[in-house]
Amino acid sequence: MCHEKNARIPCTIMKHKALAEGVYELVLEAPGIVGEAKAGQFVNLYCKTGGKLLPRPISICETDREEGLLRLVYAVVGSGTREISGYPEGDQIEVMGPLGNGYTLDQGARHVLVGGGVGTPPLVELAKRLSGEKVIYLGFRTQPYLVESLREYGPVHVATDDGSQGHKGTVLELMEEHQVTGGMLYACGPTPMLRAVQAYALAKGIPSQLSLEERMGCGFGGCVGCVCKVRAEGGEGFAYKKVCKDGPVFDGKEVLLT
Amino acid sequence: MRMEVEIAGVRLKNPVTTASGTFGSGREYEPYVDINRLGAVIVKGVANKEWLGNPAPRIAETYGGMLNSVGLQNPGVDAFMLEDIPFLRRFDTKIVVNIAGRTVEEYCEVVEKLRDADVDMLELNISCPNVKEGGVAFGIDPKMAELATREVKKVARQPLVVKLSPNVTDIVEIAKAVESGGADAVSLINTLIGMRIDARKRKPVLANKIGGLSGPAVKPVALRMVYQVAKAVDLPVIGLGGIMTGEDAIEFMMAGATAVSVGTANLLDPGATMRILDEMEAFLQENNIRDIRDIIGVVE
Repeated sequence: MCHEKNARIPCTIMKHKALAEGVYELVLEAPGIVGEAKAGQFVNLYCKTGGKLLPRPISICETDREEGLLRLVYAVVGSGTREISGYPEGDQIEVMGPLGNGYTLDQGARHVLVGGGVGTPPLVELAKRLSGEKVIYLGFRTQPYLVESLREYGPVHVATDDGSQGHKGTVLELMEEHQVTGGMLYACGPTPMLRAVQAYALAKGIPSQLSLEERMGCGFGGCVGCVCKVRAEGGEGFAYKKVCKDGPVFDGKEVLLT
Repeated sequence: MRMEVEIAGVRLKNPVTTASGTFGSGREYEPYVDINRLGAVIVKGVANKEWLGNPAPRIAETYGGMLNSVGLQNPGVDAFMLEDIPFLRRFDTKIVVNIAGRTVEEYCEVVEKLRDADVDMLELNISCPNVKEGGVAFGIDPKMAELATREVKKVARQPLVVKLSPNVTDIVEIAKAVESGGADAVSLINTLIGMRIDARKRKPVLANKIGGLSGPAVKPVALRMVYQVAKAVDLPVIGLGGIMTGEDAIEFMMAGATAVSVGTANLLDPGATMRILDEMEAFLQENNIRDIRDIIGVVE
C-alpha cells in the first residue's frame, strides 16, 4: 500500500570523530530524514550485533538540507553507543526518524537556550532555526564541546563542574549571576539541571520548553515504555505521557520532574 | 495460496496478529503498516478504569531481548470504546480486545461493557507479570485460572481467548484448567519474569525491580510451551514469544499454533508484521504448500 513507509533506513556514515572524551560527532547521509526534521527531534540508531535489539535514541544536532546531511553528537553511555562509536566512515548504519515532537519555535522573542552535557547538541539546530536575539548557556562536567558551533548564533556562556573552562559550578549559578531573562527558555540536559531550569523559568515568569531523556523501548510510541509525569488536566495528581511521542520536549509548566 | 485460518469461529485472513501491548491500538503503526493486511489486531490491555501504570524506567534491554514493566497503562474501557474501536473499524481486520483486571469482578465489568461493542474476540490477560494485585495470580494457579475463565465466559458475548503465563511449573495444567472453564482458545506465552541490575549503582534497572522478558531470547521456551499445550488441549492456540521472522512464525504453526502474534519485533521495526507475512507467504511458495492450515501441528 502506498502509505507504508520504511521505518529503518540504511544511511552512509560520512564523518565520525571524537569531539571530547566519550563524545562523538556522527554525520550521516540522510536526505529523507533531514527534509522532515525539526529542532528537538531525535532519530533511532540500530546496532548491528544480534544481542542488542533496541534502538539508541539520539537527538538531532544539525541538518544540512542542501547536502542531505544529518549531524548527530552522542555520548558513549553503554555497550550500544560503544559499539556504534566504532563504526568507521563509509560504513552504513540503520536509522529511523525523525521522531518526537521537537521544540515549538517562538519566533521574535529573546531566546534563552540552556544545554547540559550531551543535552547540548539539539540546541545547534534550534539556534539555527530561531530568528531574533539568542543567548546560550552551557554546562559540562569537564571538557566543553559544540561551543564554536553555537557561537555563530549568539553569545555562549560556559560553566564546568571542575572549572576547567568558564565558570566553575553549574550553569544555573551562571544564569542567576547574569539574571538572564527572555521571551522563551529552551533547555535540554540531565533531569537535575532541567528541574533547576524549570524552577528558574517559573520564578522569572518566563515560559519554558524542556527536552527530556528516558530509557526508551521503541522510540515511536508503540511500547509506552518511556514516560514522564505531567500535571493531570484540571485536577490533582499526575498523568504519564510518552517521552518519545508526546515529547521529548514538554512545556515547563506541565511536566513534573520527580 | 490460502492463508486464512479460523479461531473459535472467527476467520482471520492470515495467521499474523499483533501481541497485546506491543501495538497499542494500531495508531502509532499506521504510517508503517497496512493494517488491512493483518489477520487481527490484538490491542493493548484494557481495564475497567484508567490505569496509570508503573513509574519509569519501564524498559531495559537484555541480550537478544528486553524487559518491560509498563504495568498495563491504559485509558480504561470507556475511552477505548469511544476512540480505539472506531479507529480500528476503518480497517478490514479483526479486533481482539485484551482484558486486564485485578479481580474477577474487574474482568467481568470490562467484558460486560464490550458486549455491545463491535469487536470480534476477547483475550483474557491472566498473566501480566507487572501488576501486583491479582492479574498474574489467576495465571499461575489452575483453580483460579479456571474460575476466572468461567466467570468471564458467563458475561462474554464474543469468543474468549485466555492468555497464559509461562511463569509456572506446568503450563499444560493451566491450559487444561482454562479449557474446563470454557475458554474458546488459548494464547501463549506472555513474558517471562526477569531482572537486570545496574552494577555501578547497585540497583535494579527497572523502577518496578522486575519485569517481563520478551524478544527472540524467549523463543525456544515459547515454542516448547506451544508445542506441549497444542498437543494437550482441544483448543486453537495463538502462539507467540520472540517471533522475528516468517520462519519463526512457521515454526510456531508447525508446533501447533493456528495463528501467531508478533510482539517485540514491532518495537524494533514497526513494519515487522508486514515483512513477517511476506516471508511466510514466500516460505509456502518455496515449499509448494497451498494451504497454510496444512502445516498446523505437523511436528509430531
